[in-house]
Amino acid sequence: MADTVGGAEITVAKSPRLRQTRKGQVRKHIINVKVRNEIGVLARIATLIAGKGYNIESLSVGETHEPGISRMTIEVVGDDIVIDQVVKQLRKLIDTLKVRDITDVPHVERELVLVKVHTPTSRARDEVLRIVEIFRGKIVDVSPETYTIEVTGDEEKINAMLELLKPFGIKEMARTGKVAMRRELFIEEGNLE
Amino acid sequence: MSRKGADIVIETLKEEGVDVIFGLPGGAIMEVYDALYRDGGIKHILARHEQGAGHMAEGYAKATGKVGVAMTTSGPGATNIVTPIADAYMDSVPMVVITGQVPTHMIGNDAFQEVDIVGITRPITKHNFLVRNIDELPLIIRKAFYIASTGRPGPVLVDIPKDITQQLSDVKIPSLEEVKKALPGYKPHTEGNIQQIKKAVKLIMEAKRPVLYVGGGAVNAEAQEELIELAELMKIPVATTTQGKGAFPENHPLALRMLGMHGTYYANMAVYNSDLLIAVGARFDDRVTGKIDEFAPDAKIIHIDIDPASISKNIIVDVPIVGDVKIVLRKLINELKRKGAKVTHPEEREKWLEQIEKWKKLHPLTYKNSKKVIKPQYVIEQIYEVTNGDAIIVPGVGQHQMWAAMFYKYSYPRQFLNSGGLGTMGFGLPAGIGAKIGRPEKEVFVIDGDGSFVMTMQEIITAVQYRVPVKVAIVNNAYLGMVRQWQELFYSKRYSEVDLSLQPDFVKLAEAMGAVGFRAEKPKEVREILEEAMKVEDRPVIMDFVVDREENVLPMVPPGKSYKDMILEDGRGAEAETMYLVG
Repeated sequence: MADTVGGAEITVAKSPRLRQTRKGQVRKHIINVKVRNEIGVLARIATLIAGKGYNIESLSVGETHEPGISRMTIEVVGDDIVIDQVVKQLRKLIDTLKVRDITDVPHVERELVLVKVHTPTSRARDEVLRIVEIFRGKIVDVSPETYTIEVTGDEEKINAMLELLKPFGIKEMARTGKVAMRRELFIEEGNLE
Repeated sequence: MSRKGADIVIETLKEEGVDVIFGLPGGAIMEVYDALYRDGGIKHILARHEQGAGHMAEGYAKATGKVGVAMTTSGPGATNIVTPIADAYMDSVPMVVITGQVPTHMIGNDAFQEVDIVGITRPITKHNFLVRNIDELPLIIRKAFYIASTGRPGPVLVDIPKDITQQLSDVKIPSLEEVKKALPGYKPHTEGNIQQIKKAVKLIMEAKRPVLYVGGGAVNAEAQEELIELAELMKIPVATTTQGKGAFPENHPLALRMLGMHGTYYANMAVYNSDLLIAVGARFDDRVTGKIDEFAPDAKIIHIDIDPASISKNIIVDVPIVGDVKIVLRKLINELKRKGAKVTHPEEREKWLEQIEKWKKLHPLTYKNSKKVIKPQYVIEQIYEVTNGDAIIVPGVGQHQMWAAMFYKYSYPRQFLNSGGLGTMGFGLPAGIGAKIGRPEKEVFVIDGDGSFVMTMQEIITAVQYRVPVKVAIVNNAYLGMVRQWQELFYSKRYSEVDLSLQPDFVKLAEAMGAVGFRAEKPKEVREILEEAMKVEDRPVIMDFVVDREENVLPMVPPGKSYKDMILEDGRGAEAETMYLVG
């Protein structure tokens, strides 16, 4: 449509393209960060994410095969556009070598959980043992009243097992937080798990 | 050759070409001050407060483009310089801050004058370091300078425990190559993607109503020549932010001057009605965009910036180009010329420029002068005249800052040095001292407000001690003026805690500190004192201009509103006049 600005004829779009920010989809993001293992690097990364107003759902750090280089897997729930900004800001940090949001690429996720379950009766012990076997967990400590179980897997598997163990009474639990890695292409095509 | 850590600090600073340090000594940094004394090769300016030292380093850096260096002791010395660090971070000022720290074995023990300054400054530095081993000391200091001055510049802090300054080592100062090698994750992009540049070229040639929106990145990159060439080649009008002032000369026919909250009517209308906005080293700050949905609603956006994280942060852009502004603009111009630099719609482009001329005539920057009472804008105009438009202007923060931005015309980069991002009251005087030390050949005028000035006025003594002939014009309305203006406009004149009518006698204060003091209460006295002040060459001059108390900074885009809701220079809304505009 045509409009005039002063004397000049100007064609304008009827509805201006919406450029409002902070309106992406809110969901869980998995961010991989390769960092130089310097003092304070964890604090720097955590401060940056917290400074944008986001809570870190899980964070795991460990050395890689390269000396002095660590890998972090950060899970954070947030708006796509703002997470994109967080990723860009993480890239700017002097000690980061590589940052990648792998949420939308095929990737493998794992978490390790230790859970201490109340098992005072032999019936409870049998039941728990069966559940552990089904989920390919391991019993790593036994006491007259408890089993301590180790299990690794993705979020769904772990949650499903914990749900089944809940009725027995969970006395203690520790989770490592996720580690995640991008799948290589040939595995992706072969649809392996 | 074995020498103390403190000597290594001085040696490395000299290697970096540091000629002046702004600082204040104390227990944890004493070894370095002793080495400075023994060496004698670097000038030191003793500020009266660490905040002053920090702003001086900023003023020096902003005026010269070199890295400003500030040095303080641990604990309160370090926390006192936090504000200038945050200020430098927001305005991308290259600065290295060296702080003393308690001895290594006492860190974490709540020792005397201990704070975790590395932790405190983590979110407001480009990077920071705690030195843990004397052998890494020269590498860390060199890294600090390299990081501060490359890519998007910023402040870097180096915290050095006292025992490390006392230990002995024969460590060598590493070469720049070794410094780069030790920073494998740090690689600023400077070149700009050629595919994106080609896309930009196409948009620029096809645009009917283009506008250049220029920020501090263009000043940092020293890109004035390229900007003028691009604007003239393609006939594109140019608006600048406060940080971008002087990147494009304001007396150029294509200059729209400042845009945003206190931008000119014609700059804001041009941006609002543009169909192509070329953002150059600018970051779409909320003081520029106003209501984001209605900022340049019909425009495609090209964004050139050295910082990839600045792109699509506040506004989603169509063509992002990451790179050094000067390099990218040069490539852009070359590509435009290769394509014949043709405008697809020359008639529309002509009409666009005509329309802008009309807007310029309709609402120029103006104010109602008076013969009875001094108008603040009049003071700025007179400063412009007595300095022939050539002085470096350093404002504090508040109404006077905006008047200084509006009523002085800037023609070269690094001519208007202001606290743009953080808006730090008290920035003016110390930053002006730093600027004058960096550029002694230039007249440096601090234009301050009475509220802003009293926040760091102790630094007059510093200027007197080192015979820094900085000129200070206090636009004295006995109010926290900008807050008062907002209270008048948006809080029904409920003037909550903004009255500063009890202020010191600035003339006596200046004299007590060894400076020259003047006061003007009537319009005709303004020019007289300015001319007197210009004659003083060996010490600072403090001029107290008693101005109209309730003058407002206009035009103004109310916070959170769009350009079309501007309040004009006569206090009326722009609505009636913008009926014919887009939207």
